[in-house]
Amino acid sequence: MRAQQPVEMILLRQVASYLTIPIWMMDSDGNLVFYNEPAETLLGIQFDEVGPVHADQLGEMFRITRVNGEPMGEMEFPVLRTLAKRVPDHGEVRYCGMDGVWRDVAVSAIPVEGQGDRFMGVFATFWEIDV
Amino acid sequence: MRVKLWGTRGSIAVSGPDTIRYGGDTSAVELRCTGDRLLILDGGSGIRALDVGADTRRVDILLSHLHMDHVQGLPFFAPLLDPDVEVHVWGPASTTRTLRQRIARYLSPPLFPVRVRDLANVMFHDVTTGEFEIAGIRVTADLIAHPGATLGYRLSENSSTLAYMPDHEPSMGLPDLPSRPEWTSGYALAEGVDVLIHDAQYNDDEYASRVGWGHSSTSHLAAFADMTAPRKLVTFHHDPAHTDDDLDTLHEVLASKLKREMELEPGTPGLVVDV
Repeated sequence: MRAQQPVEMILLRQVASYLTIPIWMMDSDGNLVFYNEPAETLLGIQFDEVGPVHADQLGEMFRITRVNGEPMGEMEFPVLRTLAKRVPDHGEVRYCGMDGVWRDVAVSAIPVEGQGDRFMGVFATFWEIDV
Repeated sequence: MRVKLWGTRGSIAVSGPDTIRYGGDTSAVELRCTGDRLLILDGGSGIRALDVGADTRRVDILLSHLHMDHVQGLPFFAPLLDPDVEVHVWGPASTTRTLRQRIARYLSPPLFPVRVRDLANVMFHDVTTGEFEIAGIRVTADLIAHPGATLGYRLSENSSTLAYMPDHEPSMGLPDLPSRPEWTSGYALAEGVDVLIHDAQYNDDEYASRVGWGHSSTSHLAAFADMTAPRKLVTFHHDPAHTDDDLDTLHEVLASKLKREMELEPGTPGLVVDV
């Protein structure tokens, strides 16, 4: 982990902590660095219990699939596509939260781009859907 | 490095018998380094009186941001109008405009009669973040929490380090200071420096009604300094409403809040600090 996040990420985290929509933030190295309280409800675990984790571990933690239950390739997950391609992305996934509950969610991911062509990470929101 | 403060007031220049000791001019700091090369931090009204010396042929000015109290003195700084002196101005671009274009909004009618294009000896350099070198000084720039694109600087020469954050609200992104360094604006710039020049604009009561204005409260400054552990803390950007007596009190309170041992020096015009 880096010694200090860019100020854009610091301020986004602050905004996210005030929002009532679930927000998930990943840094440019692929570390999940924050999610807010509404996201904690959907993921079934507080962020402070998880701590920063790398994208490689997310599949193991949340068992992510397509909404029809079929296995999902890593690059089908909108957050990881945005991380790789630095463009906004959207999609629907099914996952099992740390509380053992399977949920279907829509995910919208936005790249965090700053001055000087700096890519700092991904800011994503997700919400439950009926499939 | 030797630092001399020429302007320490924030927001707007003030004058009068109540602001003699802490000064009335806005941000300007002289930095002399090996070989007597001159760097200047910010171009507030304090830069007007800064004497660069008759033999100086190059001046570098690092702007933290473009709020008026940090650039208002630029067109009154003699070297800008001296064709024999090369002036390099470094500072933040916006997301759509270069530094030169942004400065031109001030240096053009109707706000000012002289245009940027008339200053043939002045060169502008966009800075976002990262490291570069000026006159043997290693400059690290990073965006810090203050409205609009605002840079803090860490300047290093040999083993000496100075951090300059004249306008900084570390609690803007982190209400529960002190907290984790990873999520603290400005931490990496200020960590372990010899001298930290930092925003000290508000007392705690004032801050309560000025959240988000981009400045520090006394408690936030104490917490930030305790986290970053400078050898010396120099207060800066004094509120224009604060009298000398008010600022004496603010510094007494600040000293009482610091938990870590460090030198505390009130920023006053003419103060010289060897880094």
